[in-house]
Amino acid sequence: MIAVASTSQSQSLSDRVLAALSAVTDPELDEPITDLGFVRSVRIENGNVTVHLRLPTSFCSPNFAYLMASDALDALRKVERIGDVVVQLDDHHDSDKINAGLAAEAGYVGTFGVEAEESLDELRRIFWVKAHTAAMERCAEQLLRSTEVTVDDLHLVTLADVPDGAHKEALLRRRVAVGLGVDPADRLVVDDEGQALAAADVPLRLRFAKSVRISMEGNAHFCRGLLATRYGSTA
Amino acid sequence: MYEKDGEKYYVVDAHVHIWDGRESNQKNVHGKQFIDCFYDYHRNLSPEEVVWDYDTYTYYGGQRLMKDVFEDGYADHAIFQATLLSDFYKTGFGQTEEAFGLASEHPDKLTYNHAYDPRNGEAGLEQLRRDAERMNLKGVKLYTAEWHGDSRGYKLDEPWSRRYLEECLELGIKNIHVHKGPTIRPLDRDAFDVADIDKVATDYLDLNFIVEHVGLPRLEDFCWIATQESNVYGGLAVAMPFVHARPKYFAQIIGELLYWLGEDKILFASDYALWTPKWLVEKFVDFQIPADLPEYAPITTAQKKKILGLNAAALYGLDVPAELRLPTDAGDAPAEVAAGARS
Repeated sequence: MIAVASTSQSQSLSDRVLAALSAVTDPELDEPITDLGFVRSVRIENGNVTVHLRLPTSFCSPNFAYLMASDALDALRKVERIGDVVVQLDDHHDSDKINAGLAAEAGYVGTFGVEAEESLDELRRIFWVKAHTAAMERCAEQLLRSTEVTVDDLHLVTLADVPDGAHKEALLRRRVAVGLGVDPADRLVVDDEGQALAAADVPLRLRFAKSVRISMEGNAHFCRGLLATRYGSTA
Repeated sequence: MYEKDGEKYYVVDAHVHIWDGRESNQKNVHGKQFIDCFYDYHRNLSPEEVVWDYDTYTYYGGQRLMKDVFEDGYADHAIFQATLLSDFYKTGFGQTEEAFGLASEHPDKLTYNHAYDPRNGEAGLEQLRRDAERMNLKGVKLYTAEWHGDSRGYKLDEPWSRRYLEECLELGIKNIHVHKGPTIRPLDRDAFDVADIDKVATDYLDLNFIVEHVGLPRLEDFCWIATQESNVYGGLAVAMPFVHARPKYFAQIIGELLYWLGEDKILFASDYALWTPKWLVEKFVDFQIPADLPEYAPITTAQKKKILGLNAAALYGLDVPAELRLPTDAGDAPAEVAAGARS
């Protein structure tokens, strides 16, 4: 349940706050934290914003928990005409540590100290690559199912051949995230480095991409189910 | 043994526990959070009529296990997988001595797998030798994400871990079960990562590596590795209950596993008492790939028999009654490439 103060002045700010939060994704699931129900509450008072986040279990990985909370903080700070911003993670076994780290702007290593060996950039990149792989598979599957394109043609298919829509938009976003081009002439089916594939290599690439997609979708089912179990009807 | 429509299934539940998550055994708040998390798993994925009350769930003991797993649950054999979590519970989460005692009472029904931690160094190796002899170990269960002092986990291919694996070879402990699934507090070390399995599976071909929870939530990483290694298996604990709660997702998981690993390398498990085996066995035998997933072939009865028990029986040398066997032995097919890609 998202409770937003409804004075006329804060209404537009609340819209901007929710838009900012909806751009924050769970890195593993590649879905917005707002859709996943991870935003417990948003409170706006005199332009200052306090957001509470929650997760499906208290044992969700601290690195993912920290990523989402710090991403939310970063996103909110960019909101136009926003005052002080506080993000708090509730009911996590590292809540106190993460919340203190966020308030002190300590960063991941600063927050977890001896427990953390390095920053989370590499982890984040791993999941961006997975998200791109899954998005690519969705577009390829859509082409195979709804057009004359066959698996044998796929190595030549370009972004221009992919019909506009949610799948394509998601793909383009992910390509930007991992540093791939979005030129209409760029190939759709590529490896993790963005290189085009030989026709013979496409089926195995697609097969693997499919297991990536299934894995991510399944995890999202699991997380939504657990969140509902944990928080009941308010999830 | 489970029988349906004239077909008889030898059932091995390859992952069971006796745990004590009661408040009296909790060392700190994490102990409570951990059992609560398990209880949420249980409530989230079980059919309503088999959901336990919280107090029963925190501790149920050996007699209840015998009833749920064997009398009601159709299992012919079950394998304890140790879960220590000594940082969270006073006497550990999994009750090792109670489980070992029960297995000693019922050697025909129960196999006890113990645990070790390579971060215990030389002393741990000594302990492993003593445990292997006393407990007649055929397998171990490893938690690479478990905390240990300042360490937030370890990799199977680290030097000390390799020494322990070599000791397992010496001691005849062939089945290395590794928890690669829902997390126990890893931090920057990604304890879900299955890449370490890849390395040691190649180096220790005489050991079997059973990846518990089939690498969920990283199914694809597990499949990619398992397909290249002949001695990597997938344990279905935690994946099984999706057969009820999310049957289409379960179909996709099984479809992918059959494609990448093949029918000889998938092991049924309830993860009792996370879930009870009775309904899992019934629903799995009744399960079929839905029509809207034409990319997967239907699951055959022979495949179900292998997954439900024959594959685990082959790994543990269990004596399967003649009428419950298949015409050919399960669990011995080579798989150097994706199983589905071979056909």
